[in-house]
Amino acid sequence: MIRFSNVTKRFDNGTEALKDISFQVKKSEFLFLTGHSGAGKSTILSLISAHETPTEGEVRISGLRLQQLKSKDVPRLRRKLGIVFQDFRLLENRTAAENVAFALEVTGARTDTIPGKVMRVLTQVGLASKARAFPQQLSGGEQQRVAIARALVNDPPIFLADEPTGNLDERAARSVFKLLRHIHAGGTSVIMATHNLDLVRRHEYRTVELKQGELVYDSAYDSVEELDPA
Amino acid sequence: MSLVTREAMRSFRRAPLLSTLSVAAIAFSLFTIGLYGLVSINFSQALTGLEERVEVVAFLMRGTPAETVALASEDIAAFPEVLDVRYVSQDEALRRAKEELVEFREAYAELQTNPLPASFEIRLKPGYRRSEQAAAVADRLSGFPFIDDVRFGQDWVVRLDRLRNLATAVQLIIGLAFAVVAVAIIGVTIRITVFQRAEEIAIMRLVGATNGFIRGPFVLEGVMKGALGGVAALALCRIAYVLFRAGIGEQLQDLRFFDTSHMALMLLFGMLIGLLGSLLSVGRHLRRV
Ligand SMILES: Nc1ncnc2c1ncn2[C@@H]1O[C@H](COP(=O)(O)OP(=O)(O)O)[C@@H](O)[C@H]1O
Ligand SMILES: [Mg+2]
Repeated sequence: MIRFSNVTKRFDNGTEALKDISFQVKKSEFLFLTGHSGAGKSTILSLISAHETPTEGEVRISGLRLQQLKSKDVPRLRRKLGIVFQDFRLLENRTAAENVAFALEVTGARTDTIPGKVMRVLTQVGLASKARAFPQQLSGGEQQRVAIARALVNDPPIFLADEPTGNLDERAARSVFKLLRHIHAGGTSVIMATHNLDLVRRHEYRTVELKQGELVYDSAYDSVEELDPA
Repeated sequence: MSLVTREAMRSFRRAPLLSTLSVAAIAFSLFTIGLYGLVSINFSQALTGLEERVEVVAFLMRGTPAETVALASEDIAAFPEVLDVRYVSQDEALRRAKEELVEFREAYAELQTNPLPASFEIRLKPGYRRSEQAAAVADRLSGFPFIDDVRFGQDWVVRLDRLRNLATAVQLIIGLAFAVVAVAIIGVTIRITVFQRAEEIAIMRLVGATNGFIRGPFVLEGVMKGALGGVAALALCRIAYVLFRAGIGEQLQDLRFFDTSHMALMLLFGMLIGLLGSLLSVGRHLRRV
């Protein structure tokens, strides 16, 4: 479903964030993306969401080459992606429900369908009772679940989470992770960038590890040599 | 209220000073153009009134016989341009001169002979009142042997016209200068709003809002400011008009204000300035967040 072929990403300042990366993610797969800070995890996610374009190589989603995407087609891609970050990115002046509704309003959903959809996802993340709370009135874990609800509301087939538990205590981290597993169980592909190795070790999901922009381990192959038959 | 309208309204609260400035710039731009419009409307109305008075006066040689006068009068009345012909005898001319020129009444009283010639006063049909047409009629009249001199007083109309064109140019330049300033201020306002809303715009992008959708509120904001500027300009024009009328007293009571279509045009022009201002800057600034 998602395929990186020999992707190199060099930023304008010369930083080489990714070096000749190739891997693919199948439909309905759960993937951990691990590595130290600065290894290139976020860069991989922003290539998938077309926030960045590769310097060399190509990224394809369902066969579609992202570099060829016209800027007016990017919104259509983003609607197929649910994306959450370490810092939640909620709007402080809107309630939980309004933050979720925002994603529907700005993508032109029919007004009368919005409240129902909002309540459905808020229930799904266990926050129906906090629908009218503002972000400051919520704990970090709750805020992240609101962000997840917002990312889910357009029923995306691919879910990208960039260190979603990075700002959370252990309990909150576990509940957020549980939620991601539920989302995966529903048939959604999930890519989660994290350096919470505890979490990674405790679950039998495929793991791809990056080190200074290079792919150094993929549990699907067990060794890097197998990865690179050519 | 739709999201787009709500967002557009919000920017007024976010940058009240700049919003006010951009509305004021649009208002002054339109006010300048509007003042020109008012002057021009009333001027052309006054000119129409004056044009009706455009006459060709043909002075007759002394001693032209009455039969010749009668025949000529019929001939001239038959010209296609001519509305009517009035014969003014020497006596009538003198009587009028005494009435109109009070200061000279005594001087005229002492005269032994009447110095004033008889004349034909010829009014032209509507549509034949421009100076070239009057000149053509005058030309033909000069052909009559008993006509001494022909006058038609339109030089000043031509001069007024020229003056009006100059005034138009000056006012339009000032109006346009204000319009450019307005467009620039709207640009600055939009840049500030874009940065203030950077977070929101980033989230809109993230969840897949189209560029058109993201631009919408900014464009609407520009158009709304334009409309507000238009309303303010109309109010200013009205104030100027009322003050002017009060100042000049009773003499010119047939002054006119804009009619509905003029006002609609002014609003539309304001909206156009607003639209231009926002379209020119919104794309550029949005790309950076
Ligand atoms: N927009 C950018 N411009 C320049 N360098 C960047 C940019 N984004 C990331 N980098 C650099 O690219 C490298 C990889 O960053 P990132 O993908 O964020 O790592 P991770 O998410 O694994 O911590 C780092 O060295 C980072 O400093
Ligand atoms: Mg990162």
